[in-house]
Amino acid sequence: MPNVTININGTPYSGDIEPRLLLLHFIRDVANLTGTHWGCDTSNCGACVIQLDGQPTKSCTMLAVMAEGHEVSTVEGLEVDGQLDPIQAGFHEMHALHCGFCTPGMLMTTRALLDENPDPTEAEIRMAISGAICRCTGYKNIVSAVRWAAEYEGAPTQGS
Amino acid sequence: MATVTENLPSASTERPIGFGRLKRKEDARFIRGQGRYLDDIRLPGMVHGAILHSPYAHAKIVSIDTSAALAHPKVAAVITAKDLETLGLAWMPTISYDTQAVLAGDKVRFQHQEVAFVIALDEYSARDAVTLIDVEYEPLPVVVNARKALDADAPLIRDDKVGQRDNLASPNWEAGDKAATDRVFAAADTVVTRDIIYPRCHPAPLETCGMIADFNPNTGQLNIYNGNQAPHAHRTVYAQVAGLAEHMIRIICSDIGGGFGGKVPVYPGYVCAIAGSIVAGCPVKWIEDRSENLICDSFARDYIMHSQMCSKGGRITGLRVDVIADHGAFDSTAQATKFPAGFFHIVCGSYTLEASHVNVKAVYTNKAPGGVAYRCSFRITEAVYLVERMVDALAIEMGVDPIDLRMRSFIRPEQFPYETTTGWTYDSGNYAETMRVAMDLAGYDELRKEQAEKRARGDNMLMGIGATFFTEGVGAGPRKHMDILGLAMNDGADLRVHPSGKAVVSISAQTQGQGHETTFAQIVAEELGIPPEDITVRHGDTDKSPYGLGTYGSRSTPVSGAAVAVVSRKVRDKARLIAATMLETRPEDLAWEKGRWYVKGDPEKGALIEDIASRAYSGAPMPAGLEGGLDAQVIYDPPNLTYPYGAYISVVDLDRETGHAVVRRLIAVDDCGVRINPMVVDGQIHGGLAEGLGIALMELISFDEQGNCLNGSMMDYLIPTALECPDWELGETVTPCPHHPIGAKGVGESPNVGSVPCIVNAVIDAMLPLGIKHMDMPCNPARNWAAMQGRAEPPQ
Repeated sequence: MPNVTININGTPYSGDIEPRLLLLHFIRDVANLTGTHWGCDTSNCGACVIQLDGQPTKSCTMLAVMAEGHEVSTVEGLEVDGQLDPIQAGFHEMHALHCGFCTPGMLMTTRALLDENPDPTEAEIRMAISGAICRCTGYKNIVSAVRWAAEYEGAPTQGS
Repeated sequence: MATVTENLPSASTERPIGFGRLKRKEDARFIRGQGRYLDDIRLPGMVHGAILHSPYAHAKIVSIDTSAALAHPKVAAVITAKDLETLGLAWMPTISYDTQAVLAGDKVRFQHQEVAFVIALDEYSARDAVTLIDVEYEPLPVVVNARKALDADAPLIRDDKVGQRDNLASPNWEAGDKAATDRVFAAADTVVTRDIIYPRCHPAPLETCGMIADFNPNTGQLNIYNGNQAPHAHRTVYAQVAGLAEHMIRIICSDIGGGFGGKVPVYPGYVCAIAGSIVAGCPVKWIEDRSENLICDSFARDYIMHSQMCSKGGRITGLRVDVIADHGAFDSTAQATKFPAGFFHIVCGSYTLEASHVNVKAVYTNKAPGGVAYRCSFRITEAVYLVERMVDALAIEMGVDPIDLRMRSFIRPEQFPYETTTGWTYDSGNYAETMRVAMDLAGYDELRKEQAEKRARGDNMLMGIGATFFTEGVGAGPRKHMDILGLAMNDGADLRVHPSGKAVVSISAQTQGQGHETTFAQIVAEELGIPPEDITVRHGDTDKSPYGLGTYGSRSTPVSGAAVAVVSRKVRDKARLIAATMLETRPEDLAWEKGRWYVKGDPEKGALIEDIASRAYSGAPMPAGLEGGLDAQVIYDPPNLTYPYGAYISVVDLDRETGHAVVRRLIAVDDCGVRINPMVVDGQIHGGLAEGLGIALMELISFDEQGNCLNGSMMDYLIPTALECPDWELGETVTPCPHHPIGAKGVGESPNVGSVPCIVNAVIDAMLPLGIKHMDMPCNPARNWAAMQGRAEPPQ
């Protein structure tokens, strides 16, 4: 079994793994970072989204061996020195989560959106999260949470 | 000891002490990825289970060869029906007094039925070994169409049941008055007839179902980690099924990634995990994959309805409904014992009918069992869909505006409490007012004007406007009327105020995302004046919470929430006696303001709840006959159901060339009584609207003639994303429930109940200029296009 080392949130994690091991399972079972979730098997739900070199990526659709040499970020890396990332604060402020199962994937997806587009419109936010399913919130408050974070980070207030 | 009002904790909009828009406590762990869902739990020595499923919908099992799987180096055990027979676990009772095979022994009765359970050191190996099991099947004829299940030549599905000679799953069930209904129809001006299907769909919570069973052979203790909506009821069922002592079973529900009814039942995989832990002597984890979730655990709906509605003098006067309920291969529908069709007979809706009659028969088919209430109170979703589709059909026939017809037929405010023609007693309401709020928010007249202009222009984008008005009966329920498996549908609450004035309230409701840790603390805060952040809500552990039937049917606030209010008042009453001693006066001379008892006529002189708590645990004398401490417990038995209602209006744009229907607007005005946390209520409504939109336009579990499930993954079972959902528009009216301690009614399911007929009515309204007066859900592009070509087919 190949030995693989993957940097997750700046920390290297190593393991002797089967070549078929999914990156998702490496993150959860080798690195023991269980904030990244599994939901569907078919790359539809987005519960497993992490960032690979800053790009939102479905970790159920990648083998762990493919991630060697890349920087993986997960939900556990968002809070730095006790300071929540504004996107985390936005989800709390705007009630953008109920059961919390989709939340880590949504946070990593929308953090990547704001990094690329600090002032997204409602339509741009909806498009950005369209690869992820939330069964609880009906998405309205997720859109509001992303706007909250954008405005916290300096984007001008939109609309009325 | 005397204190003044300034010492009360200060409340604000951001920090209500009681009801208000309080941000949720539970968010802190979820936004950090620190939730603890089932798959996040790892026990020492834990092994993994996987299930072999049947490829056939109906087939005899000739032989099962597990030798190759057992030879796999990482396999610990393989369990089949034969092994379960020795443990007495081959069959399990269902929630509807039927039986269900845990693992198929004699034959399989639906595609993907559970056949064998493999236990291996890791999940990948368990799934590998499943493919090494060799089962020889002898295929049998299949029936998937419920209308054909009672044909003389239909294959007999339940040959395991002594005396079962056909595929009838339960005796005919009736409500209302047939003769009176016949008379009303004979006198009617207009009669409309429709065949309406509420197709099979699925709750599909984002976290699938699963269990970790941890049986200790030395002590006989069975610990079960399992996200389910009714942990106490599950424990009682396991005690009955497995013959284990109930006090030696502990169910621990940690965080649950959504339920929506799908986590109410006991599934074969759970029993396999328990049997596996007993056999293997170590903890066994089993978590279903998405296909297992969609294909073989609990479906919802699947009601085939034939209905007639009539009017006289411009008002709705009568309703007839004949239902064939498709229960699949085993009858495990979720309902209270005396109501085999759930609360379907609330189908007379929000209107003053002169008579109605409901007839329901249930059949077995070669489809997965289930019949759970997907964000629905016991078949009320089917009932509301039927009545609200029929009102629209009648309005078309009468040539009147569908909202006008509703307005003319509503139960009027002065008629409450109102007994319906099928025996429900609605407690309160002002339906017309709520309808008008929705019309104003929507700008209904302007919408109809816009629609008329577009129709006159012959636009290719067909505009449809849909309206619904629903009344739900939730919060089951009074013990004199309803139980599940003999268990009264009551809930307990246990409140302990500690010496420092901080409190722990233990409840039997089980959150799956509803926010109980916040809202139930707010109920205690409202009643006792203790800030919500100083109150811990304990739930999800049968060893540490009082008995009760759990969270489904929008019953958390109506039943468990009432229990929490009542137990808080009990504590407040005890605090009054202690305060009287402290203030050297009589209890009846004290008055309450949130957080303190004070002397009537001398408001400066009072005792804060935290000082009373401190006194209750101190060495100071207690009032005569009173025990020390400040705590109480209750079991709440609701006197009636609660009856939330709402008026919804939707606007749909339907592309005539592609059949693609887009929900442009959805206006939801809910009356759920007093709102504990309006932010959480709004969130519940948003979520329910999205699921309703999914059911109306996208979600379908269907089968081919051989019984193959055609929607076994999220690539085929379509769930709305942010792109399909509009920016929901909400409004409210507040009519407090007269018999609930805080006037609340429950809201979780209302948006699903109301939005589905609202959107389908809008799609059909869009098609009306083409002469289309009915189609069945889901209104997806292919089905809409076919309907517009005059080929509206029912889903199968």
